[in-house]
Amino acid sequence: MTELLEVRSLVKTFGSGDTETRVLRGLDLTLGTNELAALLGPSGSGKSTLLTILGTLMHPTSGSHTMLGHDLTQATDAELTEFRNLHIGFVFQFHNLLPDFTALENVIFPTAIREGRETAASRARGRELLQRMGLADRVDFPAPKLSGGQKQRVAVARALMNSPQLVLADEPTGNLDRASAVQVMDLIGQINREEGTTFLISTHDEKIAATCRRQIVVGDGLVTG
Amino acid sequence: MLYALKIASRYLTASKAQTALLVLGVAVGVFIFIFMSALIGGLAEFILSRTAGDISHITIEAKATDPALLLGRLPGQTLLVQEKSGRAQATLPTALSFLPLIEAVPHVIAVSPQVNGSGTLRRGTQTTPVSVIGVEPGRESDIINLQSYLIEGTSRLTAGTILMGQSQIDDLSLFLGQTVKLEAPGGTVANLTLTGIYKIGTGGQNTRTVYINIATARTLFALPQGVTRIEIKLDDLNNADAIATEISALTGLNAESWTIKAAQLKEALRAQAQTGYFLKTFAMITIIIGVASALLLSTYRRRPEIGIMRAMGASRKFVVFVFVTQGALIGVLGGLSGAGLGYLALLPFPRRDAFHAGTLPIDITQGSYGLAIILTVIGAILASIWPARSAARVDPVTAIGQ
Repeated sequence: MTELLEVRSLVKTFGSGDTETRVLRGLDLTLGTNELAALLGPSGSGKSTLLTILGTLMHPTSGSHTMLGHDLTQATDAELTEFRNLHIGFVFQFHNLLPDFTALENVIFPTAIREGRETAASRARGRELLQRMGLADRVDFPAPKLSGGQKQRVAVARALMNSPQLVLADEPTGNLDRASAVQVMDLIGQINREEGTTFLISTHDEKIAATCRRQIVVGDGLVTG
Repeated sequence: MLYALKIASRYLTASKAQTALLVLGVAVGVFIFIFMSALIGGLAEFILSRTAGDISHITIEAKATDPALLLGRLPGQTLLVQEKSGRAQATLPTALSFLPLIEAVPHVIAVSPQVNGSGTLRRGTQTTPVSVIGVEPGRESDIINLQSYLIEGTSRLTAGTILMGQSQIDDLSLFLGQTVKLEAPGGTVANLTLTGIYKIGTGGQNTRTVYINIATARTLFALPQGVTRIEIKLDDLNNADAIATEISALTGLNAESWTIKAAQLKEALRAQAQTGYFLKTFAMITIIIGVASALLLSTYRRRPEIGIMRAMGASRKFVVFVFVTQGALIGVLGGLSGAGLGYLALLPFPRRDAFHAGTLPIDITQGSYGLAIILTVIGAILASIWPARSAARVDPVTAIGQ
């Protein structure tokens, strides 16, 4: 296992003066390739903020953030956008699919925005991912017509579309019934084993966390375990 | 950016009713633009054809010689001023030789050499002063279309015939075929048969002007050769200034454009055109505000999706492009449907060559359809820039959390 990303002395504060809130307080974390890690911690511990910074959607107030040898702390918005598109996938609690698009169109979105159009190759890759997610018969379904579990599997497929090295999942099963949650976690585990993609999954669910090989506990803005 | 175009068109088709309403709003703005263009243009055309269209566009006249001042040589002597004669004094003795040259000038469609002067019409004890225009046979309707204003008889003038206005006929209680005496200031009298009666909208013309054959006019005004005036008509009266200059340079004669004597008319037409520009500008502003507000609402409603796009790696430029493309598509759709609507609405109006009193002079050919579409698309694009930039500034973290 080689190092994929590293954050050192990560600090993130919101507000200023009397209203200043320090969410991350000098957090250190290293993730390697091929990891399947659960991010645990109570509400307000800084899990979501950490995922947001690791996903390059937010700059830390201080500290360093490197991934694949790139110093992301100093990168511009355009550089971060391109980096995110190529190397990071996201799965959100509420799937956040584009409602006016079909399942396939949602999946190939990250590639299409990079290439400027939908290509036959990207459509083939999208179909293959949907097939792996057990959604071969839902390829052309409009996103709003899919069930909750199906939407989340489409979201996982979308996160994998550009073959990223890191997938960040924020409570991916938080909005699903137990059967759907298990199905989604099985798929994540399978992809992690077969493709070596690193998953960092934020969850409150101990059973979900137990399916991961590593558990990272965050408390009061620091990694505590 | 084909993909941005796809997303933009998908957004528009996703909420069909909203898009249809927005396109309709733009189309109504374009319709107003086109209707105003056709109305203002048609009105200007109508006014011009009814005023300057029926006058000489370029006139060549000899400069009138002012009566001499007879100054006394010694102090205390009386200053005498010679009374200006009513006879046509200023003539163009060599002008007729230039006629072929003038007729060959591009845009000149008619040239009418004339012998003009003043005279007095007599019938029994009744008299009335008139302005006499002697025209060549066959050229009676070359400048003012007498044939179209004829209410009785013929406009064709032969030796010994006269064409008079309706008001003169009424004043002198004349009928077609009756004889009238026309006396020149020099005392020469011609007995003329009334062969045509005309009625022109402008009352003065009906009351003052009579038309006779040029040969009769030569006898009447004792002008055996040359002419007093040459009237020229052009295919486009807007070229009059330039062509008058060209004719002056070619012939050395004093050619004067109609615009010099009709400056007020030009001023009025310019003011009317400016009114049109204002109305069309307001129509465009309405379109811009409509598109901007609708797109701003759309970007607000789609904030979570914009957040997702940004998280997936869509650049700010891409987001701007999606919403600007949306604006452009609305502009194209609204522009085309508004132009089509405008064209259909203008079809029932009479064509420009069939304008007549009592009809609204709307000229379908002056609808500025292309300009309306282009301005609408540009306006819609400009209108979408602010909402698009606002969309691009959406913070993905906040937006996804909404």
